[in-house]
Amino acid sequence: MTTTEKGLVISDLHVDVETEAGPKSILKGVNLAIRPGEIHAIMGPNGSGKSTMAYSLAGHPKYTITSGSVTLDGTELTTLSVDQRAKAGLFLAMQYPVEVPGVSVANFLRTAKTAIDGQAPNLRTWVKQVNAALGRLDLDDEFSSRSVNEGFSGGEKKRNEIVQLELLNPKYAILDETDSGLDIDALRIVSEGVNRYAAQGDRGVLLITHYTRILRYIQPDFVHVFVDGHVVEEGGRELADELEENGYEKYVKALV
Amino acid sequence: MPEVTLPGDLRTQSHLHPAGSFDLADHPVPTGREEVWRFTPLRRVEAILNATAITDGTGLQVTVGAAPDLIGPPLQAGQAPRGTALTPSDRVAALAHAAARHPLYIRIPEGRAVADPVRIDLHGIAPEELTAYHLVIAAGAHSAATVVLHHTGAAQCLGNVEAVVGDGAKLSVVTLQDWDATAVHLGQHEAKVGRDAEYRHIAVSLGGDLIRLQNNVSYAGVGGSAELFGVYFVDGGQHIEHRIFVDHNNPKGKSLVDYRGALQGKGARSVWIGDVLIRPEAEGIETYESNKNLVLTDGCRADAVPNLEIETGEIVGAGHSASTGRFDDEQLFYLRSRGIDEAEARRLVVRGFFAQLVGRIGLADVEDALMTTIDRELAAATPERTHA
Ligand SMILES: Nc1ncnc2c1ncn2[C@@H]1O[C@H](COP(=O)(O)OP(=O)(O)O)[C@@H](O)[C@H]1O
Ligand SMILES: [Mg+2]
Repeated sequence: MTTTEKGLVISDLHVDVETEAGPKSILKGVNLAIRPGEIHAIMGPNGSGKSTMAYSLAGHPKYTITSGSVTLDGTELTTLSVDQRAKAGLFLAMQYPVEVPGVSVANFLRTAKTAIDGQAPNLRTWVKQVNAALGRLDLDDEFSSRSVNEGFSGGEKKRNEIVQLELLNPKYAILDETDSGLDIDALRIVSEGVNRYAAQGDRGVLLITHYTRILRYIQPDFVHVFVDGHVVEEGGRELADELEENGYEKYVKALV
Repeated sequence: MPEVTLPGDLRTQSHLHPAGSFDLADHPVPTGREEVWRFTPLRRVEAILNATAITDGTGLQVTVGAAPDLIGPPLQAGQAPRGTALTPSDRVAALAHAAARHPLYIRIPEGRAVADPVRIDLHGIAPEELTAYHLVIAAGAHSAATVVLHHTGAAQCLGNVEAVVGDGAKLSVVTLQDWDATAVHLGQHEAKVGRDAEYRHIAVSLGGDLIRLQNNVSYAGVGGSAELFGVYFVDGGQHIEHRIFVDHNNPKGKSLVDYRGALQGKGARSVWIGDVLIRPEAEGIETYESNKNLVLTDGCRADAVPNLEIETGEIVGAGHSASTGRFDDEQLFYLRSRGIDEAEARRLVVRGFFAQLVGRIGLADVEDALMTTIDRELAAATPERTHA
């Protein structure tokens, strides 16, 4: 299905995860629309299904979309392969970035850039671009010769995700707990990266977080409360402040 | 020079490894039940094991790229340094020893550092004949050199390579098996590592129907180091077998064995045997051996058998690990989530798997050449989809 509707539009999304004991229903009808230029924060308790949503949008094989749809600027994503979704303009900064031993950051970035653009980047300018992006995330040039995520500290992993965000410059970015495990300096550096990306004006950001801490650095246009596999409350910035005060208790209690 | 005999014939004490012998009669035709033969498909080498006619290298076109003064005269059997490092461990090596009457002889003078690798190209030109070669490398004390053997073409080849590494010498032997798909190659490589010498052996097995290499190391003095690396790519129907035996027969030596292989296609088969013997006199030694296999498709089989026989506790360390695994779905997902298609993602993962090992070799030229070879191999053989 292809329409011309701009945005990352999630409609009535139901997702099962494969478990030892068979499929388990995690997402129970998610509705969400992220338009170009918007920053959405999704907040919810641990285990509410935030990562499941992020993974299933990106096409992780462990998660099965049982019904619903996801369109990116009108293109249905759910029938596309993982790499086709990325080529369509979707990016996922992972909560737990994966180690790829023996594959250097430089090789990885160049291969990804070539895949996304459909052609190899200009070699002369590319290395400069990579080093500049690393520098903005407070990583030195030598970082690019290390194996992807292997032996990285928690902070280096998250910063490396933002380097990719900057260099690949997707239309829509999902950031899954990019703030978790960061000290205050790293949090600021990472947030500045996200803000640079968003400042282009026509990109969409879906910021998944457990804590309100990162929202001091990144101003969301919309806040969604996510509990038990779906959105239970929506609002503006003020909703985050209220969550800061009262936590998720009232939403979780309402389920019981 | 008199034959070197070990006091009390220590060799026979090891149950890991039968005693070597130059005499073919000591190596009866195997039945397949023998420990050293049980992994090899004997049907496919039956004719070789029973061979009565083996040519002296005429099945190979041999090109030696080395300064003339590095090339010595052919050595008769029993003429040192021939026979001072290598004693045939099995029937194949004994057959090769008997047939190869004009060994290639590379000698690196004492104290000489040879900058360019000595290149020996062995190109199979007569696949109908069973042919044998023998290479003797004598690295003089405190010399430094790299010798690269490059096997190509079609052949049924028996090859023995022996290296005498002088005290304080640095010798690297790279053996690349890049044969045509029909080739059969069996042989024994053996080094005697001198006092404080550094020996590296890098085996790269890519093409050929059946490859079986016995790779032995022992020490001629205190403090020698041996690093044995291996990389192999096994396609459907191929049998690639690397057998390692490190004999720590002197104190304070080091050995590191690190082999990695990728297998794809129906009937692809690899065998890795890592035997390490630490004799009572080998106090203060350190050894580690590792074999990792990446199985890319169904229908492949990788056998890995590490064996440590420890006869003294007075050592710095001894360990081993062996693993056989498939593609990691999380790695593939991560790469693909960046737009990299499945085939390319698989190539990257396999490349990384080998690059990890290659990066440890510590010889920039060899590392670069090896990664180029691996890239070529990966480009030629797009890993197929695995079926869950
Ligand atoms: N691979 C899996 N196997 C079994 N259960 C899973 C798996 N992935 C997620 N779950 C379950 O799904 C629920 C949602 O998990 P997750 O999406 O990681 O939540 P969040 O990111 O909000 O903390 C949890 O109850 C979790 O235990
Ligand atoms: Mg999560």
